[in-house]
Amino acid sequence: MTDSHIDRVAAKTPDGVARRIKGLSDRTIAWIFVAPTVFLLLAVNIFPLIWTIRLSFTNFRVNRPNNDVEWVGLRNYQRILTDPDVWNTMQATAHFLIWTITLQVLIGFTLAYLINKKFKGNDMWTTIIVFPMMLSPAVVGNFWTFLYQPQIGLFNYVVAFFTGADPASFSMIGDVHLAPWSIVIADTWMWTPFVMLICLAGLRSIPDSIYEAAECDRASKWRQFWTITIPMALPFLMLAVLFRGIENFKMFDLVVQLTGGGPGNTTTLTSIDLKREAFEKWRTGYSSAYAVILFVTVFGLASIYVKALNKVKER
Amino acid sequence: MSYSATEPTRGTKWFAGIAVVLYAIITLIPLLWIVATGFKSPADSIAYPPVVVFEPSLEGYVNLFTERTRATDDMLEAAGPAVTWYDEITRNRGTIISGPSRYGERFLNSVIIGFGSTLLCMILGTAAAYAFSRFKVPLKDDLLFFILSTRMMPPIAVAIPIFLMFRNLGLNDTHLGMILLYTAVNLSLSVWLLKGFIDEIPIEYEEAALIDGYTRFQAFYKVVLPQAATGIASTAIFCLIFAWNEYAFAVLLTSGTAQTAPPFIPTIIGTSGKDWPAVAAGATIFLVPVMVFTILLRKHLLRGITFGAVRK
Repeated sequence: MTDSHIDRVAAKTPDGVARRIKGLSDRTIAWIFVAPTVFLLLAVNIFPLIWTIRLSFTNFRVNRPNNDVEWVGLRNYQRILTDPDVWNTMQATAHFLIWTITLQVLIGFTLAYLINKKFKGNDMWTTIIVFPMMLSPAVVGNFWTFLYQPQIGLFNYVVAFFTGADPASFSMIGDVHLAPWSIVIADTWMWTPFVMLICLAGLRSIPDSIYEAAECDRASKWRQFWTITIPMALPFLMLAVLFRGIENFKMFDLVVQLTGGGPGNTTTLTSIDLKREAFEKWRTGYSSAYAVILFVTVFGLASIYVKALNKVKER
Repeated sequence: MSYSATEPTRGTKWFAGIAVVLYAIITLIPLLWIVATGFKSPADSIAYPPVVVFEPSLEGYVNLFTERTRATDDMLEAAGPAVTWYDEITRNRGTIISGPSRYGERFLNSVIIGFGSTLLCMILGTAAAYAFSRFKVPLKDDLLFFILSTRMMPPIAVAIPIFLMFRNLGLNDTHLGMILLYTAVNLSLSVWLLKGFIDEIPIEYEEAALIDGYTRFQAFYKVVLPQAATGIASTAIFCLIFAWNEYAFAVLLTSGTAQTAPPFIPTIIGTSGKDWPAVAAGATIFLVPVMVFTILLRKHLLRGITFGAVRK
């Protein structure tokens, strides 16, 4: 920007005229434009974060404001990290993350690959497929409980129709073994289009000329797929995984409406557990420490991942 | 047709087309089921096997918008004959409408908070994005990353101090509080998306305007804003959809006056058991606008959901 045309003109303009033309200096305008955004984010994000960190070293409880607030040091952190229940929720979260991401990448990539075959009307069908991910997860999650009803639920009916089982004999959200899968299925239904859209962009970014060259070298389609398509779409796939990973680590709305964390604690993801500690048991200090641990985890994992992603992009 | 190494064969296209259409139909079934359930009578909605062909009924919609009380035969007789069609529907079930339900209010709250936060977010976001795109802002990259990183925080994690802060400021369960909160949540998206859109406008346009004697502000709103109109519009729709769909903050920070529809819809219950047609009717009214917006947005979808990281 330094040696753009306008700067050269500006340099030759007498000072008084320049001021009249420009009004406020660019520097001032830049500050006026950026300041409100930064201020709001500081007030609503950074200030609460610092407050959370401070609270995490205390035994403060919101519902007992008159109790003395004691400084407990790292005790909250110690209790969380040694609590087997917390590790159970971490496990539930890991199960949820691994399966949703695997399924969404597999189905999403396949769909993108098929859509990229440019059949007639592929644009329209892409838009239709995208619908689920734009909708309110809480409202949709709530309705999925209806689909999962034993006997009357559509999901159970369809499964029964194809397997011959009795539709009243299983309850997706009531059974401890099935419940973790019920949230995986609903989330996959909802978010596969997201992965698909990103993969589609990746596939469309591969120039035709590369395939033409491969064709000249008589590389088989199979070989072209593994040596051209996959490596060139990989940065996009990794980006999709990053987004889904962060989003599903934070997952709250869909699952809380679908299973509420139950039965037992089988679908209690970390966000749901945190909500219970903070807003049902009102253990503010403890849950603040919990929040800090979660935030550090997301941030740490995301940073490592972004480094890996950049390495892949550079190749 | 001339031979091309990269053009898929007819057979491939047919196969791909059928597979994708099949997936689209399967994925649409739950959504169609919501819409259909809204028009079912309570008996049809819980019928086994699930009914696909049924006599449409507006009972779900009537139940959604009204509060009803059970009435004995004497009371029904005393109330006289039904005057309106919706009275008739409830009378047939042995209930009398006692007043409007809360759904209307909650929906209106969603509209107020959604549009309010979108407007504020666009004003702040456009200004910040313009500055980041055109000026030398100190620590630009750090600030931009900071803005993006606010999106990584789990909402529940920041909800505790926000809850305390709002309580001290008297913002709990108020429209203003929710508008400010959603604005902050969406700023990361709007700044990143809009910066991408503004980056694409050639800087020469503004330079020409500045040489013609426009001030920076004039150049900004007479040259840049019209050029960025499509980008601003699609960013605004994204912000609106996110605010519209948000649940975690809404359920924790609102309970009455400012409660939006997402925490409310799942709480709809009938006089005897869960009234699924009413829930489905509420969901339909709430979800259909988003589907319309999705169609409007289709060209910019990818950009929006990846914060401008993928542009196509």
